[in-house]
Amino acid sequence: MDVPAVIDEVYRTESRRVLATLIRLLGDFDRAEEALHDAFSAAIEQWPRDGVPASPRAWLVSTGRFRAIDALRRRARFDASLAALATALEGQTAAPVEWIGEETLEDDRLRLVFTCCHPALQPDAQVALTLREVCGLTTEEIARAFLTAPRTVAQRIVRAKAKIRDARIPYQVPDRRELPERLDAVLRVVYLVFNEGYSASSGASLTRHDLSGEAIRLGRLLLELLPEPEVAGLLALMLLQESRRAARSADGEVVLLAAQDRTLWDRGLIAEGVRLVERALGAGPPGPYAVQAAIAAVHAEASEAERTDWAQIVGLYDVLLRADASPVVELNRAAAVAMRDGPAAGLALMDAILARGDLHDYQFAHSARADCCRRLGLVDEARAAYTRALELARQEPERRFLERRLRELEM
Amino acid sequence: MRYLCLIYDEEKKLGAMSKGESDAFMGEYFAFTEDIKKSGHYVGGNALQPVGTATSVRVRGGKMSTTDGPFAETKEQLGGYYLIEAKDLNDALQVAAKIPSAKLGTVEVRPIQEFN
Repeated sequence: MDVPAVIDEVYRTESRRVLATLIRLLGDFDRAEEALHDAFSAAIEQWPRDGVPASPRAWLVSTGRFRAIDALRRRARFDASLAALATALEGQTAAPVEWIGEETLEDDRLRLVFTCCHPALQPDAQVALTLREVCGLTTEEIARAFLTAPRTVAQRIVRAKAKIRDARIPYQVPDRRELPERLDAVLRVVYLVFNEGYSASSGASLTRHDLSGEAIRLGRLLLELLPEPEVAGLLALMLLQESRRAARSADGEVVLLAAQDRTLWDRGLIAEGVRLVERALGAGPPGPYAVQAAIAAVHAEASEAERTDWAQIVGLYDVLLRADASPVVELNRAAAVAMRDGPAAGLALMDAILARGDLHDYQFAHSARADCCRRLGLVDEARAAYTRALELARQEPERRFLERRLRELEM
Repeated sequence: MRYLCLIYDEEKKLGAMSKGESDAFMGEYFAFTEDIKKSGHYVGGNALQPVGTATSVRVRGGKMSTTDGPFAETKEQLGGYYLIEAKDLNDALQVAAKIPSAKLGTVEVRPIQEFN
């Protein structure tokens, strides 16, 4: 591999970890981002000449830190208070192994997660900030995940950073007393990150494996830190969904759950997921993640699609609606009813949900409705609904899938 | 860093307290104030007279206008404040959560703007 390719790879795999540590060392998000940028600029300049350092991560952290202190010194000519800050930052003379060791770096990522998900920040800003800072998504990608304008997301991030700085939100993992209360926001964010990786909101590739991997890794770390049922539930849900990855597409085309080759499902992930579901369900009233994981486990345990226990799935959706009602959950329940009681029953429920207008611009509401119409032989209605879904679809494989369905209607 | 903890209570609710309840509530406040003096968080604090004593002043085009009442009519009214010294927002929030009115009304925590 040539050096520029190595730098690209290091950026992809290490930049967020380096950033998390730089925020701790420099005490400021914007200063840390500038330092990260400077460190990579230095790498582009020096690595082709001097060779790639043995530990690129350690090199980037120390280079970023020294560049940031240098920059403060230069600016101190105009603002004397920065000189004191530079000296204070330089005074942290802990041995490099302490601030860039593997364990400390993991702690830094967790610190970053809890800071980004601090309840003093607006809920929308928590998610946006985590996706931006922890996962390195662009503002545009976050905007698509949120179905909102990039400008709005950018504003949320700027305001959140300003509040972290001005109200002095600390860069730390909350202590045990505060932890349960702080966890809900973190779990919500982790799951959104997973979904961004599991079905990337746009582009030619159906999945973005690194993001799902990040979310699962964060989930494992959280479970270690706080063995709460809902953490186990979320991790189980992610593992069970991840287990189907290889079967979800063939030659770049979408393969629906019913048509997937179940021998491609990752049995190791399923076994781990099912164990975690049992653990999450065995501890009092289940939370929304544990119930969703239970639904995924029912699918995972069916040896073929025809053997799926749809009655149990509908029952679990009823439990989920009580724990966490939303139009999307209602839609999924309607799709399960269409399997248990037939497409006419499902279609009636979907039409009622769509009539309320909540899911008017939700691609999967229209494709699920189209599927019921197709099964009922309502060709014109199915065509109109697939066409609407196609208008809303942003991913190329999703678009090709819908186009294929449309062609099949004409046969 | 200094934070101002603004205490919003429903005056109606406080007014409806019996003498015993009211004394107990004041007792909690005295104990809380002692606690944060001991822990080093306390910088200052005061209770305010009821919102009926409030007068709002504005100057527009050089002309002063005075109106009866608070800046905004709300269900809960500003009833007092503490100025505290805290390590960071988490520390300040932990202190604010122990203000007796946090159980009845709302405590708004605002960092003090420091001008160099």
